[in-house]
Amino acid sequence: MSAHQSRIGQKRFELLGKPFRRVDARAKVTGQTRFADDLSFPRMAHVKLVRSTAAHANIKHVDCTVAEKMPGVLYILLGDELPVPYGILPVSQDEQTLAIDKVRFVGDPIAAVVALTEDQAHAAALAVKVDYDLLPTIDSVRTALKIPEPRIHDYGDEGNIHKKVSLKFGAVEDGFEQSDLILEDTVFFQGNTHLPIEQHSAVAVPEDEDRITLYSATQTPHYVHRVLARVLQLPASRIRVIACSVGGGFGGKTDPFNHEIVVAYLALKLGRPVKATLTREEVFYCHRGRHPVLMHIRTGFSKDGAMLAQHLRTALDGGGYGSYGVASTFYTGALQTTTYTLPAYRFEAARAFTNKPPCGPKRGHGTPQPRFALEVHLDKAAHKLGIDPAEMRLRNLAPADSVTANWLQLGSIGLGECIEAVVAGSGWKERYGKLPAGRGLGIACGAYLCGAGLPIYWNHMPQSGVQLKLDRSGGVAVFCGQAEIGQGSDSVLAAIVAEVLGISLADVRLCVADTDLTPVDLGSYSSRVTLMVGHAAVQAAERARDMIAKAVGDQLDVPANHLVFAEGRVFQAGDPSAGLDFSDAVIAAEARFGTLGTTGSYIPPRAPGRYRGAGVGPSPTYSYTAAVIETEVDAQTGMYDVKHVWVAHDIGKAINPTLVLGQIEGSVYMGLGEAMMEEQEFRRLPKRLSSALVHKMPSMLEYKSPGFHDMPEITSYLIETNDKNGPFGAKEVGQGPLLPVIPALANAIFDAVGVRVDQVPIHPDLVLKALQAGARGKEARAGPAAFPDIDFGEPIIVDTPEQGGDGRAADDPKARRNSGVGSSAGTMKDRDQALKEKDSASLTTT
Amino acid sequence: MASTLTSSLTTAVLSINGEDRAVVFPVHHTLLEVLREECALTGTKHGCELGECGACAVLVDGEPVLSCLMLAAEASGRTIETVEGLQQDNALHPLQTAFADLGATQCGYCIPGILMVAKGLLVREPDPSDEQIREALAGNLCRCTGYNRIVLAVKWAGAMARGDEWRPADEDFLSTPIPVVSGQ
Repeated sequence: MSAHQSRIGQKRFELLGKPFRRVDARAKVTGQTRFADDLSFPRMAHVKLVRSTAAHANIKHVDCTVAEKMPGVLYILLGDELPVPYGILPVSQDEQTLAIDKVRFVGDPIAAVVALTEDQAHAAALAVKVDYDLLPTIDSVRTALKIPEPRIHDYGDEGNIHKKVSLKFGAVEDGFEQSDLILEDTVFFQGNTHLPIEQHSAVAVPEDEDRITLYSATQTPHYVHRVLARVLQLPASRIRVIACSVGGGFGGKTDPFNHEIVVAYLALKLGRPVKATLTREEVFYCHRGRHPVLMHIRTGFSKDGAMLAQHLRTALDGGGYGSYGVASTFYTGALQTTTYTLPAYRFEAARAFTNKPPCGPKRGHGTPQPRFALEVHLDKAAHKLGIDPAEMRLRNLAPADSVTANWLQLGSIGLGECIEAVVAGSGWKERYGKLPAGRGLGIACGAYLCGAGLPIYWNHMPQSGVQLKLDRSGGVAVFCGQAEIGQGSDSVLAAIVAEVLGISLADVRLCVADTDLTPVDLGSYSSRVTLMVGHAAVQAAERARDMIAKAVGDQLDVPANHLVFAEGRVFQAGDPSAGLDFSDAVIAAEARFGTLGTTGSYIPPRAPGRYRGAGVGPSPTYSYTAAVIETEVDAQTGMYDVKHVWVAHDIGKAINPTLVLGQIEGSVYMGLGEAMMEEQEFRRLPKRLSSALVHKMPSMLEYKSPGFHDMPEITSYLIETNDKNGPFGAKEVGQGPLLPVIPALANAIFDAVGVRVDQVPIHPDLVLKALQAGARGKEARAGPAAFPDIDFGEPIIVDTPEQGGDGRAADDPKARRNSGVGSSAGTMKDRDQALKEKDSASLTTT
Repeated sequence: MASTLTSSLTTAVLSINGEDRAVVFPVHHTLLEVLREECALTGTKHGCELGECGACAVLVDGEPVLSCLMLAAEASGRTIETVEGLQQDNALHPLQTAFADLGATQCGYCIPGILMVAKGLLVREPDPSDEQIREALAGNLCRCTGYNRIVLAVKWAGAMARGDEWRPADEDFLSTPIPVVSGQ
């Protein structure tokens, strides 16, 4: 650490940790923020997509003869004009811009009508006639297992099973053998969707010849950029993607979408701007939301509540395309080991293709489902063993900085403090198990990534880059590819630069999410921005600070490392009067070094896992959350209210506590929505109407989400662990706090009325069903009966760190078995090696 | 061919944020479409165009109206207020200040509609209870904030507008202090 870094370390933070107003707040409350659909350009034409009304069919013919003659129609685009397939993951390039010969769900786009007005495009789209040759439809994992042919896709592990995973870490059988209690549960987590209030929208504008600019509501402009280059077969250098402020994402705007490619292609073809804004119904068809997952969890416990072995099986209903699904599949098991010590772990998963809108990443990506299963399972174990559920969790916390059985390198862990905070806040010790009938408390925990350890496609380059431009005005321009989706990433970026340079937020201006102008950042997903962009911003700002310090030091004849940057000045430590205003300091540096600019970048440390599948789960560190929920249940009807949520989150270090609280409250809200009511349900139309498998409720009225009246009081606690891998110690908050909410509610309902609902959402009728079963002397439970028989294949066997493994699979010729030597993670040599051996650890991630 | 464009056109003078505007638009277009597309007042948002989400709420004659469900022609001769008219010159309205400082706006997409409904409420009821605020805003969906911070911001704005010094507690900005566990 250089001397001036230590000066900064000694300096009291001027901004960080304080509740400053977010940098985009004024624009957002005055209506000035420009979302994608707010843009319009001279001569702009409008696109309407023609979507499939069949759930699974070969396309026999698309008849545009009437539509193409309708008023205002400029062109009707069909799939064969853009034949190159694409997909967010390199292993799942299975999407077409417009279906060429086959559709895979009701809503799959087939044609794009472009017309002078939106009304004209809409009218003509209705006049496009599609003739289908219907195929059998797959509506669930069970059906996919039963009907391997015809296949929805011609790739995948077998039949209609897209992906299978089978992993075994440590001595699982021995662990079960030594257990005092073995518990098994079958649990179902229904799918649900992001429901951002902003409908997807994209506008493309042709520039000069053969160049195009796309403005879009996307969380991942860089990945959209890559897909456009691939599908349009244009050099990436001729394509500019700008992510507008996103009106809510939650993971729903992280895939490249059909309409984005369509408008880009048509703008170039027609030589005029082209816009597509989706209807709410179409947003439901874009989906990429929470996978429905059926799970079977079996755990061996010692009598004092320690887990000795666990076997988790998950079955994911993936929908019609791959999307992030391979990563989602791994995520239904990857983070099970991050909260409590688990010495032996077996994980098996399968994702089926089904004829529904594709599932993908929603807040918590693949993790809320197994977290629900685990935390409810632990609650049951605690009761069987006669241990307080909060106490049982505290006893078995994973140690900070340890490596888990599945080779995740953990960082700081504030989970113990989180549990203690919610236990104290809720009066747990005095009230748990002792409330009047119908009232109950439940506890649960969770952990989440602070950025995926690997990019979606293999490369040597930084995952985040920041560039600074400083000049004699004293203003600092910050360029970064990150996308503001409402989470406050612009404010984190600006605040970090302002803090390091000791200037005010008003002197920082941002240029973000513009692939022409900003260095690459991979986007707003996997809770990566604060950590990764934060590190890149610190580096760029420190480099600028060092140049300025050198110039000012020479001018004032003070050693550079004695200078402090604060309050808009650069001055000698201990003598604030001996110094310059920041703008004069920049003038000194500009005179000394010429035009000023710096860069910063960030590559996460390499994770220790070396087995196939080890790519999903690693992160520079993990956030931790604990929650207690209080509920009141009416035993006559099963209706319940959530009265209060106490939630404590290990944030590492809060860059802006007000924004952190907003993320916690938003996560609690979204978790409660999933726990209580949200579900993406499908039904078959009657036979006379084609028997198609259709979305049951593609509208905001019928897709139930919590409103103003549904929210309980939330008490939030921030735990600061100052993680060594976080910028200024910071960790994520956008996703983690959702995780414990759902199981905490199920556990609270048990405390209130003594029934288990092993299914999400926890509809009141399920509570009632469980109460009635109990009254009849049966198990007081509602939930799935059984897990299907799935052949997951032979497991990849990996020795755990405790067994002296080196992170490789046992059948890897390089594996060092039981040698007792730890792995050497994180060196560039390892990274090079891993890149060369793409097959050993490679798997895409998100 | 041009007939579908011209036969359905109508004209109106709309009074928006105290300024009269003459507009020409297809007769079936909603107030939402005319505000955004003919007047370039894109502060008013849409989330469903079916009256389900509340993002498009504006005030018409002081009452909250879903602009996606009102034909622009119906708004002729009435006073229309949108988010663009909330600030006075360059000074933010108390609602805007409260939402900005309390972090009650995240992505901000639902916020114009919520601000306008809240403005209508504060005119009717300068000191609303939490329940009155929730009731007034029950037709507005927000996916980011979890609502509670919005309720608090409206309450704070009411206080500011009344000249009352009440403000949210420090813990609403900084988090609740960690409770001390008894016996430790």
